Amino acid sequence: MPRTPSLLAPRGWTWLLAVGAALTVAVPVLNALPSGSALHLPDYLVPLFGKYACYALLALALDLIWGYAGILSLGHGAFFALGGYAMGMYLMREIGARGVYRNPLLPDFMVFLNWKALPWYWWGFDHFAFAALMVVLVPGLLALVFGWFAFRSRVTGVYLSIITQAMTYALWLAFFRNDMGFGGNNGLTDFKDLLGFDLHAASTRRGLYVASMVTLGLGYLACRLITGSKLGRLLLALRDAESRVRFLGYSVDHAKLFAFTVSAIIAGIAGALYVPQVGIINPSEFSPGNSIEIAIWVAVGGRGTLLGPILGAVLVNFAKTWLTGSIPEAWLFVLGGLFIFVTLALPKGVLGLPSMLGTVLRRRPAAPLAGEERAP
Amino acid sequence: MTDTAQTPLLYLDGVSVSFDGFKALNDLSLLVDRGEIRSVIGPNGAGKTTMMDVITGKTRPDTGTVLFDGSHDLTRLDEASIANLGIGRKFQKPTVFENLTVFQNLELARKSPRGILRTLGARLAGAERDGIEDMIRRIGLAGRERTIAGALSHGQKQWLEIGMLLIQDQRLLLLDEPVAGMTDRETEATAALVLSLKGSHTVVVVEHDMEFVRSLATRVTVLHEGAVLADGSIDHVQSQPAVIDVYLGR
Repeated sequence: MPRTPSLLAPRGWTWLLAVGAALTVAVPVLNALPSGSALHLPDYLVPLFGKYACYALLALALDLIWGYAGILSLGHGAFFALGGYAMGMYLMREIGARGVYRNPLLPDFMVFLNWKALPWYWWGFDHFAFAALMVVLVPGLLALVFGWFAFRSRVTGVYLSIITQAMTYALWLAFFRNDMGFGGNNGLTDFKDLLGFDLHAASTRRGLYVASMVTLGLGYLACRLITGSKLGRLLLALRDAESRVRFLGYSVDHAKLFAFTVSAIIAGIAGALYVPQVGIINPSEFSPGNSIEIAIWVAVGGRGTLLGPILGAVLVNFAKTWLTGSIPEAWLFVLGGLFIFVTLALPKGVLGLPSMLGTVLRRRPAAPLAGEERAP
Repeated sequence: MTDTAQTPLLYLDGVSVSFDGFKALNDLSLLVDRGEIRSVIGPNGAGKTTMMDVITGKTRPDTGTVLFDGSHDLTRLDEASIANLGIGRKFQKPTVFENLTVFQNLELARKSPRGILRTLGARLAGAERDGIEDMIRRIGLAGRERTIAGALSHGQKQWLEIGMLLIQDQRLLLLDEPVAGMTDRETEATAALVLSLKGSHTVVVVEHDMEFVRSLATRVTVLHEGAVLADGSIDHVQSQPAVIDVYLGR
C-alpha cells in the first residue's frame, strides 16, 4: 500500500502547529522592524492577518458540526456577531467620557437617541471579565436553547440549515432597530482602547494578532481533542447512520447539542477577537449571506479535516481582499463560481487535492479510503 | 409477575398500528421466552418490520401492551432508553458506520456509559480492547480490525452489525433479515452464529429465506395482515392450508 504523507496523519498536525507558531511570531517581529527595512511588514497588514485568523477560527467552529456531526448551520454568523457585540459593548463602555457628547455613562448613540439611563442589559459591560463571560455565554446559551428545540424535534438536514438561516435573519432585523439599544444600523464603533491599550497603536494590533493566532491554535487543539475522542467517532457515526446510534443507546440529541454549543462558543470567541481589530460591529454581520460564506470557506478547504477550513477561510478571504480591491464587481461571481466548482470538482476541498491527483495519476481502480486511515 | 423466570422476556398483547387507515398491525399478540430463538415469517406487508418498530420505540402503537422483562412498558420509552434496557436491533438494510473501522464500530457499540462527557473522556482498557478483538474473531472478521466498514462486503456488514448487538450485551436481539443478500456459505455461517446464541440470548429473527429458517429449527410464527396466522415448528406451519394460501403457495 503506497503511503502518501498526509497532513492529517497523527504526526502531521504537530508540524502544522509549528508552522502556526512561526507565523504567530513572524508577523509581529517583521512589523516591528523599522519602516525603512526591506523586510518591514506594513502596519495595515497586521489587523488584516488578525482578521483572517478570526475567520479561520470561525470556519473551524463550523467544521466541527458540519464536517463531523453533519449539521450544516447556515447561521453561524449570528454566534460570531453576538460574541462581537459582547466585546463591542465593553469597548463602548471603555470610551467613557471621551465620546463626542462627553457623557461618562451613556455611549454616544444613546445620548443621540435622548436616552436617560443605561439599559439593564448594558450593566456590567464596563468590566472586561464580565464582557468576556458574555462572549462565551450568550452564543453558548442561544445555541443550547435553539439546538435543544431543533434536535429534540429531530429537525435535520436542509430543514435545520433553513431554520438557522431564519435565526440569523431574525437577529439581523432585530439589531437594525434603534430601540434594541445596540446602536441600530450603525452598530458600535469609535472604540478607543482595550484594557487600557490604545487600539490604534501598532503594538496593540500586534498583540491582538498574537491573541487571535494563539486562540486559533487552542481552538484547533480543542476540536482535535473532541474529534479524536470516542465522542468524535460518535459524531461521525451519527452523521452517517443516526438511527443506528439511537438504537445503540446513545442520545443523538445530546451529542449534537454538545457539538453545536461548543461550536457556537468558538464562533463567539472569534467574533470577540475580530471586533477590536476591525474597529466596528454592526448588524451586517448577521446578514444571511455572511453565514453562507462561512460554509463556502469550509467547503473550499475541505470539510471534516479541521485544517482544511482554516486554509479555506484564509484563501477565500485573501482572494476577497485582493479582488474587492482590484475588480470589486467580480467578487460575488467568483465566490459563487468557486462554490459550484468546489462542490462539483473538489468534494474534499483543497486539502483533498493531493490525494485526488494521486489517484488520477496512478489510475488505480478504486483506491480504498482505508489506505488513508491506516496508521504507519 | 414477580417470578422473572416465569414471565416471557417479550410480551405483546393486542397491539394495533395503523398508518392512514392501513392496519399495519391488527391486534397482534406474541410471547417470546427467555433464551428462545424465534423466527417470524410472513409476506411483504405482513407487519414484520412494524412489529420491530413498535418493540424498539420507533413507532408508537395505537392500542395494546408491549412489555419487556415483565415490567418495562416499551410504549412509553424512546429508542435510546429501550436500547439501554437491553433490546438490540439489526436493520433490514445493514446499518453500520461506514466511515469508521470495524474496531471503531464495535468500540462505539460496546456496553459502556452512554453520557456525552463520559464518551468524550472514554479510553479503552486492555481487557476491553481484548473483548473487542474476541468479538471480531467471533463474527469472522479477524484481520479486518482496521478496515473501514464501508469497504466490507454485504455479508460482512451484516455480521458486523450482529457483532455490535452482541458486544452491546443486549438480552433481546431483533434481527431483521440477517441473511438477505448473502451467499450460501455466508448464510450457513450466519445460521451457526445465530444458533450459538441459544440459551445466552433471546433472539427474534425476521426472515424471508425458508432454508435459513429451516436450518435454525426454531419455533416459527407466521404473520399475515398484521396478526398471527400460524405458530409452531417449520413443518407444522408449512402444512397449514392458510399459510400455504397466503405465503408459501405463491
